[in-house]
Amino acid sequence: MAVLDIRRKLAILADAAKYDASCASSGGEKRDSVGGKGVGSTEGMGICHAYAPDGRCISLLKILLTNFCIYDCAYCINRVSSNTLRARFSVKEVVDLTLNFYKRNYIEGLFLSSGVIRNGDYTMEEMVRIAKSLRLEHDFRGYIHLKLIPEASPELAAEAGLYADRVSINIELPRDDSLKSLAPEKDVGDIKRAMGRMRLAIDERAEPARKAARKTFARSQSTQLIVGADAAKDGDILARSASLYGAYRLSRVYYSAFSPIPDASHRLPSARPPLLREHRLYQADWLMRFYGFAQPEIIGEGEDLDLSVDPKTAWALRHRDRFPVDINLADRETLLRVPGLGAKAVDRILLARRQARLTIDDLRRVGAVVKRARAFVVAEGWTPGMATDGEHLKARLVEPAQLSLF
Amino acid sequence: MRVVRLSSEIDFDGWRRAARDLRAEGVSPETVIWTVERDLFEAAPIEKPAPAARAFTVPPAFVELARSVVLHRSSERLSLLYRLLWRLEREPRLIDNPADPDVAKARDMAKAVGRAIHKMHAFVRFRLVETDPETYAAWFEPAHRVTEAAAPFFARRFTNMTWTILTPDACVAWDGASLKVSDGADPAEAPSEDAQEELWRTYYASIFNPARLNERMMRQEMPKRYWRNLPEARLIPQLIETAQERAAAMVAASPSPAPDRVLKAALRQARDGSYNGDVPTSLDEVAAAVQVCRRCDLWRDATQGVAGEGAAHAPLMFVGEQPGDQEDLAGRPFVGPAGQVFNQALEEAGVPRDRTFITNAVKHFKHEPRGKRRIHKTPDRGEVQACRWWLDAERRLVRPRVIVALGATAAHAVMGKATPIAANRGRPLQLPDQGQAVVTYHPSFLLRLPDADARERARAEFVEDLRLAGELARLID
Ligand code: SF4
Ligand code: SF4
Repeated sequence: MAVLDIRRKLAILADAAKYDASCASSGGEKRDSVGGKGVGSTEGMGICHAYAPDGRCISLLKILLTNFCIYDCAYCINRVSSNTLRARFSVKEVVDLTLNFYKRNYIEGLFLSSGVIRNGDYTMEEMVRIAKSLRLEHDFRGYIHLKLIPEASPELAAEAGLYADRVSINIELPRDDSLKSLAPEKDVGDIKRAMGRMRLAIDERAEPARKAARKTFARSQSTQLIVGADAAKDGDILARSASLYGAYRLSRVYYSAFSPIPDASHRLPSARPPLLREHRLYQADWLMRFYGFAQPEIIGEGEDLDLSVDPKTAWALRHRDRFPVDINLADRETLLRVPGLGAKAVDRILLARRQARLTIDDLRRVGAVVKRARAFVVAEGWTPGMATDGEHLKARLVEPAQLSLF
Repeated sequence: MRVVRLSSEIDFDGWRRAARDLRAEGVSPETVIWTVERDLFEAAPIEKPAPAARAFTVPPAFVELARSVVLHRSSERLSLLYRLLWRLEREPRLIDNPADPDVAKARDMAKAVGRAIHKMHAFVRFRLVETDPETYAAWFEPAHRVTEAAAPFFARRFTNMTWTILTPDACVAWDGASLKVSDGADPAEAPSEDAQEELWRTYYASIFNPARLNERMMRQEMPKRYWRNLPEARLIPQLIETAQERAAAMVAASPSPAPDRVLKAALRQARDGSYNGDVPTSLDEVAAAVQVCRRCDLWRDATQGVAGEGAAHAPLMFVGEQPGDQEDLAGRPFVGPAGQVFNQALEEAGVPRDRTFITNAVKHFKHEPRGKRRIHKTPDRGEVQACRWWLDAERRLVRPRVIVALGATAAHAVMGKATPIAANRGRPLQLPDQGQAVVTYHPSFLLRLPDADARERARAEFVEDLRLAGELARLID
């Protein structure tokens, strides 16, 4: 095989990594390079250093160590049966690329994943070597996110946790039966057990008693679910997320619209990625995490979200009897359930109304989406009136389909 | 009309001094004109020295707000701030009212300034200008006058690097020890292209997925005004232009057929995937088989099946209800909080744990997700019945002399019928298979009792029951 130069490798191994959406760089511990030898800092919120024309944030150098893989997951471009070009980085190449990019302020750090070569342990070991070299040899204090290989030994996973800010394992498919047919060599039990062990390790290190003695250890884990590759309904996907959040304290579940890949497998739909559906799932996920909604309230298992309105509006339309809500009186929980009111706007409403009764114009100034909220609130000098019967109202709240591109 | 001259566009201290004096003097906002004179050598001259008498205070939130609003490029910013200060005299809580138009406007400006700082942190692109020692420089055009405000971030991040950031407003330089600020620079002074930029562009082009083109979103987050200083931005028009075609080609491409090995693997999986129904002949087999058991639905949301563990032919077997949160994660029975209560009681009773066998009536954790926690749910009769298959296998393989059922669910599973604890604890019960049973509380029941006295009493009874079982099993005498 011809030797590829670093640029060709980067093109292949970044291309192969782009279907993984779980790459935010937030939630690291706060640190900087003062008093150190190398470069790097993390200050809580990750920074997006660029945006690709797909509107996605580019925060980390997101690459695979190699896209050779002995497995055959149907949704994956790196599966053994795909006719894609293959490449493999050396440890040093990844370390150099990371540092060179970091020093020029292109990135927040490294997101490293890999196809499985030889076996899980061998692959994981190589990945850990990269993180270790960055941290120990170069005193790199930027962000590192390592993807765990589920079947790698628990000791290696624990070592990965020593150098990474975040680790993740992708469950990918919301339903166990589809995991079985589309990723035949992957064992959902392996994945869950690895996540379980990681949560115990993260919990243990986070215990106040251990904090003083503790070395830095990964703060969080996350996972990704692919949307639209199997027959799972939105309700099934959200139920899976709810279960994962509860079990492994994931900081995030990422949803990734199944995207056509070059040289697709015949086992999968060849279609444009369901971007709007992905967007609605993120909205629903937020409702679960920050707005006090339980999954069954949003959507039942076996059902799909209404794509034409956001899930909070859909909920409000199903519960017309709970509206209108008086923005000058209602408590926080109730306000959070009003369409058009985000968590920030709600906090500002609570502040502002201590001084004066709020009008609809005030709502706009505190950052609410008045167009959406109007039909559901009572404010000083404003009642929604008669035009609020179901279908009529819904028709007015349907968003122009900005997200269905093409 | 009063004219106030500040020494620079971001001269917050000058503004503060002047505003303080003006308000003390009672000069109303409509009659003040704020200007900046860059080449001023003295501090802003105020016609009359301020009467020190009317000192006043303002909420810290205002000072903080003003500090960032000053950095905004709007020419109204200084008069807006003074108007706010003026109004604060009569409306001391004004600043806490985000619905007030002046406050809202100032907040919007502060937000824009914050965003400009954030974008500067994100979009500055250093170029290597000297290799020995490694020295970097960047040319940048911030949306507001935030260069000085944004600089400390770079000092924290690139402490051990030498670098300069040039902007039209000001330049900041870091020599490894301190930040130096100097006058603005000219675009002609921008450093020339860095060799890594070609690699960076390669990365940028490769990480983009043409099937997800979303130009609006990109422009919103990376406004065009920044593009000319971003080395990767020159690729954007072409990436957008070819995106449709590339995506369409991927959708249209005919899929490759699955190779033989995949079909084989699928077959193998189908065979191994579910338990084949044979009676297990060893404890290892039980442990492996509960991982793939589908006799009820509890496996689905659990991490793993938790089979029993302990001495292979233990004379004494404990049966709990089901694994809890910690047991589910660790894959071992009785390691969570209830397990600790249990261990302690066992020790007090003098029963050696390593000579017993410990398991649960149900092998998967039944629960309900509630945010970042899982709430325990009692398994129903059908689930207990389904899982008895495994419990019975463990009983058959271990052949204990005595079985202790911990809690009502376990009692039901062990005795085969509802066996209330209160009425049956404290004495040996006969089992159909020659063995004996003792029923007692579940350790988590002890944890849940709110009343301290009742808890102490129940705990004493619990230890007593364990001792009785130990004696029956001849583990203690
Ligand atoms: S194991 Fe990972 S890299 Fe390999 S085919 Fe499956 S998803 Fe792709
Ligand atoms: S709880 Fe028992 S019966 Fe139900 S799936 Fe798990 S092992 Fe099988």
